[in-house]
Amino acid sequence: MGRVKVVHYLNQFFGQIGGEDKAGILPQLKEGPTPVGQLFEKESGDRFEVVRTIICGDNYAAEHLDEVEGIVLKWVEEIRPSLFLAGPAFGAGRYGMACGTMCRAVQQKLGVPALTAMHPNNPGVDSAAKEIYIIETGDSTLDMKRVVSKLVALSQKVLDKAPIGMPKEEGYLPRGVRVNVRVEKRGSKRAVEMLLKKLRGEPFETELPLPQFDKVVPAPPIRDLAKAVIALVTEGGIVPRGNPDRIEAHNASKYCKYSIRDLNDLTGGEYQTAHGGYDPVYANDDPDRVLPLDATRLLEKEGVFAKLYDYYYVTVGNVTAVASAARYGREIGERLLRDGVQGVILTST
Amino acid sequence: MVKEIERVGLPAVQICAIVPIALTVGANRIVRAVAIPHPTGNPKLEKNEEVELRKKLLRAALRGLTERIQEQTVFKQEDLSSEAGKEK
Repeated sequence: MGRVKVVHYLNQFFGQIGGEDKAGILPQLKEGPTPVGQLFEKESGDRFEVVRTIICGDNYAAEHLDEVEGIVLKWVEEIRPSLFLAGPAFGAGRYGMACGTMCRAVQQKLGVPALTAMHPNNPGVDSAAKEIYIIETGDSTLDMKRVVSKLVALSQKVLDKAPIGMPKEEGYLPRGVRVNVRVEKRGSKRAVEMLLKKLRGEPFETELPLPQFDKVVPAPPIRDLAKAVIALVTEGGIVPRGNPDRIEAHNASKYCKYSIRDLNDLTGGEYQTAHGGYDPVYANDDPDRVLPLDATRLLEKEGVFAKLYDYYYVTVGNVTAVASAARYGREIGERLLRDGVQGVILTST
Repeated sequence: MVKEIERVGLPAVQICAIVPIALTVGANRIVRAVAIPHPTGNPKLEKNEEVELRKKLLRAALRGLTERIQEQTVFKQEDLSSEAGKEK
């Protein structure tokens, strides 16, 4: 039996082309595997052969998802593989988005089974978890060995049309598919047992997790912009040079507040980015490219709105835990509200 | 973050390059930025053109703060042609 032909999608980092400075690269082809692809081959006992690797920069992919999808489809179709693998993307949002989108496209449009792996909070999960199998990962690449093993094992089951177990057994993220199973105890008995466990404060597992729609009702708009106080907030990590409060380059443990009173422009000499997830060259050259103070001041002077709040809030939105980001947002919002701010412009990278 | 700010009752608009991510995380008011490493700038432009570009993005963002919306909305700059999706 011949080996299973696999096409593998990777970002510039795992594709060994470069870091954030190369995040803008266009999709490119490499015949054969990269080291990650070699892990797939090895884990499959050489059943898999990664015949082609597609590498694309994280920024380019995230900013041109449709275009990159078209190119990937073309390059996959040329090979007619039996399997398409992407990632693993771990906690990386742009990469996860690309992996999810490419897998969904390849599976739906070319009929080639496609699988990837990422952290449950990766925004890429929402882009494809209903359609494809996504192996759950931690947020760090230290998890690589375990993830590759799960990904390869599930891929082989899909290829062999073997029965696929529940998400927990196989290690993939729930897709919202219901399966009929026969169990010993009838529903009423299970429900009462679950209730008793809950009353005793013991751990229990629901049989029907309810979807969590966390939509926020839009706040009332600003009635009269010309009289409004506006605040700037950024997740792009713009801080005074030297990063005096040491906001972390990734998974930031804090947010900070800096005065911009009497300041009309942010210069590279006095401000910089502390963000570790994008190429800092442009922001360090002119921080207004991330925190647009200069243009905001001009609009304030033109009277478009009444006043720019005297401080800006900043954190680093780079693989930052969702719970932390939610707390920062809530606290910043409450403080701004208390200080009489009526509208917020937030930039993110 | 933008969602939580909006939750306390302050209209908040997010300027970001990847609109699908903003939609996924639940931002209500969104303006599409220039690019990930320079959301409100474009190093290829002259300095004064870049400031103009920022003003346009900010005008779209400010407009986003003044509109009564019922659902997630992407506000675009006034002189750009419409893109796919729900945009105003």
